[in-house]
Amino acid sequence: MTAIWKHELRTYFHSLTAYVFGAFLLLAVGLGALRYNLRAAVSNFEFALSYFSVILAVIVPILTMRVIAEERRQKTDQLLYSLPVTTAQVVAGKYLALLTVYLVPLALVCLYPLIFSRYGEVYLPTSYGSILAFFIMGAALIALGVFISSLTDSQGFAAGIGVAVILFNYYSVSLSEYVSSTAFGSLAAICVLILALGALIRHLTKNENLSLGACAALLALTGAAYYFEPTKFEGLLPRIMSELSLFERFYVFVNGVFDLTGIVYYLTVIVFFLFLSVQSLEKRRYN
Amino acid sequence: MISVEHLTKCYDTFPAVDDLSFEIGEGHVYGFLGPNGAGKSTTMNIMTGCLSATSGRVLIDGLDIFERPKEAKRRIGYLPEQPPLYMSETPAEYLRFVGEAKGLRGAALEHQIDSVIEQAKIWDVRNRRISSLSKGYRQRVGIAQALLGNPRAIILDEPTVGLDPIQIIEIRDLIRELGRTHTVIFSSHILSEVQTICDQILMISRGKLVAFDEPGNLEKQLLTSSELILTTEMDGDELSGLLAGIEFISAAETEKSGGGRITARVRTDHSDIYEVSRAVFCAFAAKGVPLLELTLKKASLEDVFLELADDSAEAGAGVPPDGPTESESEVDEHDRDLEA
Repeated sequence: MTAIWKHELRTYFHSLTAYVFGAFLLLAVGLGALRYNLRAAVSNFEFALSYFSVILAVIVPILTMRVIAEERRQKTDQLLYSLPVTTAQVVAGKYLALLTVYLVPLALVCLYPLIFSRYGEVYLPTSYGSILAFFIMGAALIALGVFISSLTDSQGFAAGIGVAVILFNYYSVSLSEYVSSTAFGSLAAICVLILALGALIRHLTKNENLSLGACAALLALTGAAYYFEPTKFEGLLPRIMSELSLFERFYVFVNGVFDLTGIVYYLTVIVFFLFLSVQSLEKRRYN
Repeated sequence: MISVEHLTKCYDTFPAVDDLSFEIGEGHVYGFLGPNGAGKSTTMNIMTGCLSATSGRVLIDGLDIFERPKEAKRRIGYLPEQPPLYMSETPAEYLRFVGEAKGLRGAALEHQIDSVIEQAKIWDVRNRRISSLSKGYRQRVGIAQALLGNPRAIILDEPTVGLDPIQIIEIRDLIRELGRTHTVIFSSHILSEVQTICDQILMISRGKLVAFDEPGNLEKQLLTSSELILTTEMDGDELSGLLAGIEFISAAETEKSGGGRITARVRTDHSDIYEVSRAVFCAFAAKGVPLLELTLKKASLEDVFLELADDSAEAGAGVPPDGPTESESEVDEHDRDLEA
């Protein structure tokens, strides 16, 4: 695993990727600090972090797009399969390297509150709490990016889908106000989601029966639930959309609450997508 | 040291490898021969743990490649059909990564890297980007990668494909050299290549093993149905009559070749082809007609292969493999040196 980690790190720092990622991240945080902390003279550093956090929707996919897709394109994944390392170690090594690249600019950002505190009253616990939350949220987005990269052998495709998915996640709360909040609207949306899940299962396992079975079971369950308790479905879709938002949980930290459920939520997302990435890599061996 | 037991691999319903079983012993060069699409790469991918099998198993020194992949993979080095190289790195960086991933550290790693660079003869290019290297050098870097960690068996998938003739000769020499210290298994669809380098040949067709023997034995196997080609100055009917009078001859085709000469292709079932040529010579001598040409056409591996592949297609069942014995291998080593 350390070999993979070192190798990935060398690749990132030999190419422009790590520098572009770091530069844009610092730019975004810097703009936020300029606007809130310097111009408006607000002493809360956490606002600077949240100001331009949408930048993650662009720079995370740029960072993660090549991580597995490029191995496939160059056929170097064959080497990884033939080495005495497990697929889980490969994914873990790659993920840790990505986190390291992410940590470098964040380490610089960690200096900002200290600098500001020399010129005024900065409440450090919320500043560093938010930086930690920002890190874990980014880590969750990176895990999502790794998974998307594992689905394809085209970097561009991985980046495009990554940007789309993260942007959708970012705006899901504001979008949720426009979607139908009636019970039937929620039911229809959930059915569509189940079918999409079925398509994903089929893509990952190449098993028609499994995906059809899973779809049928979930649809039947949803149908039954709708039949017996239609009231539960009212407003369900907007609720799901705002619950799934990774950014919304971050704003809780920005508002000064160290929300442990948020941390647990992010960790769950990380484990979930890394697990899926391992499965996606393993699948290549089994098709 | 490697045993493949009833290996089957189906893509959807198409069997790429079909109930394949064989045993690879220590310290030989094995040639894995078959036309494109015969299942060579699939078999090699399964043997190295890169691909799952539908059924059957592969044991490396008794270790199942799927149940105990870490220990099993340490015992083999693999070069896939397309060398898995990171183009933006130098061979030295690349080999360091592979060595570390194979669990080498510190002085052992340095020593191993130097020694495989030496063996693969890539010392001059070790600090150049892989993307700027020629195909032959890339192939060598791939082989160096397989050699890291000092595995006992090295599996090379079509290592000479796409190289120019000089590079091919160099890679063949390298394989021959490696065969002195390692068990080498390499695949190819070029018969002459396998014939010159290998101690043992595995022929595979449509996912089935059709032959497993020394190159010499395989040739002998089909030498019985050999051909003679003779050219003479005679009338066609006269020649047919003469040939019909000779023992051992089962069939003959005649063809005018211009200038009053005629060429006949004579088939025989006799086991000793020289016996037949002697009879032909004596018959012509008795008639007082000069033989302008008398060529013995021995079956080449090519013929053996085509025949075996045809047989397996018709019968749908492979020829049972003859396992190599220790005494045979020594003779073979000698033969190979003579050829080299």
